[in-house]
Amino acid sequence: MISAKINGITVSVPEGTTILDAAKKVNVKIPTLCKHPDLPATASCGICIVKVKGSNKMLRACCTPIEQNMEIITHDAEIVDVRRTVIELILSKHPNECLTCGRNGNCELQTLAADFGIRRDAFPNCVPDLKSDISTGTIVLDPRKCISCGRCVTVCQDVQNVWALSFLERGFDTRISPAGDINLGESPCVRCGQCSAHCPTGAIVENCEAPVVWQALQDPEKYCVVQIAPAVRVAIGEAFGFEPGANLTGKIYAALRRMGFNAIFDTNFGADLTIVEEATEFVTRFTTAPDKLPLITSCCPSWVDFMEKFHSDMKDIFSTCKSPQAMVGALTKTYYAQKKRLDPKKMFLVSIMPCTAKKYEIRRSKDMFASGVQDIDISLTTRELARMIKQAGIDFVNLPDEEPDYILGEYTGAGTIFGVTGGVMEAALRTAYDYVTGGKLSHVEFENVRGFSGVKEGTVQVGPHTVKVAVAHGLKNVEYVLNKVKEAKMTGKELPYHFIEVMACPGGCVGGGGQPYGVTDELRAARAEGLYDEDSRCVIRYSHENPHIKQLYSEFLGTPNGEKSHHLLHTHYIARPEYQR
Amino acid sequence: MEKPIIFIKDTSLTGDSSREIQTQLLKVAREKGIEDLQVIRVADLGIYDKGVALKICSLDIIYVNVKLSDAEKIIQTTIKEGTPIEDLLLENQAMQTRIVLRNCGIVDPESIDDYISRSGYASVGKCLFDMTPETVIEEMKKSGLRGRGGAGFPTWMKWNLARGSFGDEKYVICNADEGDPGAYMDRSVLEGDPHSVIEGMIIAGYAIGASKGFAYIRAEYPLAIERVQKAIDQAYEKGLLGKDILGSKFSFDLEIRLGAGAFVCGEETALIASIEGKRGTPKPRPPYPSDRGLWDKPTIINNVETLANIAVIFQKGAEWFATIGTDKSKGTKVFAVTGKVKNSGLVEIAMGTPLRDIVFQISGGCFVPENKMIAVQTGGPSGGVIPEKNFDTPVSYEHLIELGSIMGSGGMIVMDEDDCLVDISKFYLKFCVDESCGKCAPCRIGGYQMLAILEKITAGKGTLEDITSIKRIAQGMQKASLCALGQTAPNPVMSTLRYFESEYLDHIEKKKCRAGKCTKLLKFTIVPEKCKKCRLCVTNCPVNAISGDREKGYTIDQEKCIKCGRCFDVCKFEAIARA
Repeated sequence: MISAKINGITVSVPEGTTILDAAKKVNVKIPTLCKHPDLPATASCGICIVKVKGSNKMLRACCTPIEQNMEIITHDAEIVDVRRTVIELILSKHPNECLTCGRNGNCELQTLAADFGIRRDAFPNCVPDLKSDISTGTIVLDPRKCISCGRCVTVCQDVQNVWALSFLERGFDTRISPAGDINLGESPCVRCGQCSAHCPTGAIVENCEAPVVWQALQDPEKYCVVQIAPAVRVAIGEAFGFEPGANLTGKIYAALRRMGFNAIFDTNFGADLTIVEEATEFVTRFTTAPDKLPLITSCCPSWVDFMEKFHSDMKDIFSTCKSPQAMVGALTKTYYAQKKRLDPKKMFLVSIMPCTAKKYEIRRSKDMFASGVQDIDISLTTRELARMIKQAGIDFVNLPDEEPDYILGEYTGAGTIFGVTGGVMEAALRTAYDYVTGGKLSHVEFENVRGFSGVKEGTVQVGPHTVKVAVAHGLKNVEYVLNKVKEAKMTGKELPYHFIEVMACPGGCVGGGGQPYGVTDELRAARAEGLYDEDSRCVIRYSHENPHIKQLYSEFLGTPNGEKSHHLLHTHYIARPEYQR
Repeated sequence: MEKPIIFIKDTSLTGDSSREIQTQLLKVAREKGIEDLQVIRVADLGIYDKGVALKICSLDIIYVNVKLSDAEKIIQTTIKEGTPIEDLLLENQAMQTRIVLRNCGIVDPESIDDYISRSGYASVGKCLFDMTPETVIEEMKKSGLRGRGGAGFPTWMKWNLARGSFGDEKYVICNADEGDPGAYMDRSVLEGDPHSVIEGMIIAGYAIGASKGFAYIRAEYPLAIERVQKAIDQAYEKGLLGKDILGSKFSFDLEIRLGAGAFVCGEETALIASIEGKRGTPKPRPPYPSDRGLWDKPTIINNVETLANIAVIFQKGAEWFATIGTDKSKGTKVFAVTGKVKNSGLVEIAMGTPLRDIVFQISGGCFVPENKMIAVQTGGPSGGVIPEKNFDTPVSYEHLIELGSIMGSGGMIVMDEDDCLVDISKFYLKFCVDESCGKCAPCRIGGYQMLAILEKITAGKGTLEDITSIKRIAQGMQKASLCALGQTAPNPVMSTLRYFESEYLDHIEKKKCRAGKCTKLLKFTIVPEKCKKCRLCVTNCPVNAISGDREKGYTIDQEKCIKCGRCFDVCKFEAIARA
């Protein structure tokens, strides 16, 4: 342990702790614009400077490790003055467009400017004339609003290993862009939206499609249906002052109904269905086609895109199951439409997702038009829904809980944990265990696939078989798992895994790119806890025991992995170039 | 007696040529029975404007302004009898002390044998066989050598830190990314004496326990790259690089890496990023390169000039080296003196030599004899100006910092009264703004905004509030920038404000530029009394701003005038006034 003094207060922290983190321990908040708790310091904004006795320079608190007996001053008139100058300089290169910005009200730069009481433009405005990039259809990159903090670049390169974003040019002209100055849509971008979740300003935000939804809701010809994803229910509360992790499923149903949706479904139902399809697929491959192992999950559209771009040699062992969102989409405009005698062409299906990539998924291939029309019309992020609820004048906090609509709304505990890393694996194992052994687990929780370590490996005894599994989240962690598989396949050695779950975002969907801003590991853990808690309180915790799933198969689909399933619930993969030109 | 060798060089283009004198000397020598005399025409002797200069190596005598007729006497008196000829001796001979440039212009840079014949690589042998890495570092400590790249960090300490760091591999990097405007010390060493740098790197590698070195040379130095590569190849051939050097069990490999033209890559961490193939931007320190540098291994980065000093230290001893210079700054420093001096070029002086001696004695004073010198800029774009009243300051790390400038890597620009200091500081700031990597906000935006203010002031649109803004931005950049580029970029502006604030006020309040360099502040008018109505100005004006006729006389339309000054230049009667 290292002991030092911050503003005269003694602090004791482990070796290697930065001044910034040590200061938090003694309730001193050092402002910063570039440091994000998730990411290593880029040391680019110059706002967290502090004085250290014995040094004539001011040091950056975000990246300076505290040393024994260091005496640190974090705030004095000179330091505050320098910080103000730096903020004023940053503001001079940032457009004064707060009122029409996607981050109005929760922008870190705006907050800092307010805290420092900045009331005038200290320096002439010098915002460069640059164009927005909306080519992915999922996120909007406005380089004018960029303060070059480097968070998006770090997350894209070092956490996600995608390298779509990088810095271009230098000096005053430095800007973020894909290499070669192409647009994002032509780059390796997998639309995970982690850049938008980490951006301190409005330089990268989700492509807001709420107006299209409002228009559909006004159209008397349209029958509007909505579905909500697992991770949305435990995160949306943050936008309304609830404790992180608060499960607000009933309130969301009620709010959506008030907004005018004709039917409210739950993606968790789709998750249960995915498990039935995927567990069947796994058991079939495990018992009859071991060459098509390990089975790799496919519910995450960013991961699917990543695989198609960077690891297309693995596409044959990918699960062919569509994601829960897409399964609900296909069934709404077929099964539900037939049941209710609705014309799919007049149906408008909206999905509320914690994700920006889902906006891409709904158009990613012709398989997404399984009902004959586009299965899902619009995919909104959690952030967009929170704003729509506010626009609709709904007192969300005091709203009484409501129930979803029949029949694509009922779900089990296994479905709800889809929203967290390890959840898909856990849910699939529960069902697979039953399929193989015909018996029930004494303990349904698989502790070794829970938690936030980047790669989780384990073995599960399923009857006479030992099933080796791996769970990875954060795309950089995938490389480790895939390399082991590739090596085994090349050398003909025993496979390291039979079943692999991948989610692109750190923490899984609870940490998705479309979730409320300010995500940290504590927040991810709280959201995950909200889902695990719901699972533990569910009466039914096996997807295949969902009575509506059983009804769906008997009324409509037939058998899991059957012909109709293949047409509606499964998809194909192709190798895609990393760069489109 | 040692074989007589004479180096000969033309230092000005008047009088007899060195080629003629060389022939004459050899002819006379043969007549007098001296068969083994060598007369070698060399590229540099560090002497300027003194006719033909000769260096008689065995006697360490330098003659200047030598004429053809002196040949007879030189051979007879000096070579045969060993007596100096008083009339020809160079006065103030002690002004330059050549350690770094000891071989430049004298050895054939493309011949390792030539270098070895001048005791080259003797220090490598000494270190590898007679010394341990610890005693090598101890010797460096005794020498007091400090980094010549600009910051002046004690070289031994850097080595010691890297020696103490754990790493399965360690690296030595030679920083040859010289980029200060007008500076070419490193280039001259690399082009003129590449082996001395390689020798320094081998010793550094031995001291810290590195087995791999990189010479990071900017791509704009093609000849330096070619010569260093040739030198590396020759050193490998002789077994001075590679595995088991001279049978000592110590191995050291050396490669060249090219810089791609970014000034900021002279900064240690940016340089490392550049070698690693990443975007050349600085990283926060700690970790220091000596701890985690290139590919996260312990690394030392030494400047070319620092490395060129090392072999001499081991050859002549640390005690000898420490006798040169001041208390805290040991040895010599090479400066590239440019600007308004008669003899611009490389000057190597012992630390502690007053600036005045460099400017007036060695460099011959002002180019325009009647002009007054006003200041010297040291330290390039990171440095500051030193006004004439402080010219008696001895040149050393500590003294220059006291004056608000820095030693820097060795750029020295001398300014006279025809120079506008606001314009000069604008030039340096523009350089830093162009070269900012753009990573951190204070440097990226601060530099841009400060430059905009200087543009405003030099265009006559400045206000007194602008001075406050400049100081404010400067404080932000100095305190909050990540690397030295941003921290020091305001120095030229701040030091000119410190010593020459009145010039700024003239630009702002009187809208006047004393030196007439800020063209936007100039006003050209025709003086009717002097005008002979020849119309030369009218026909030469590129924008037709001059009108009138022989009756009424001519006038300049100030709205149209672009202040190009052509009328002023062409007028034969001084009838155009510039104010």
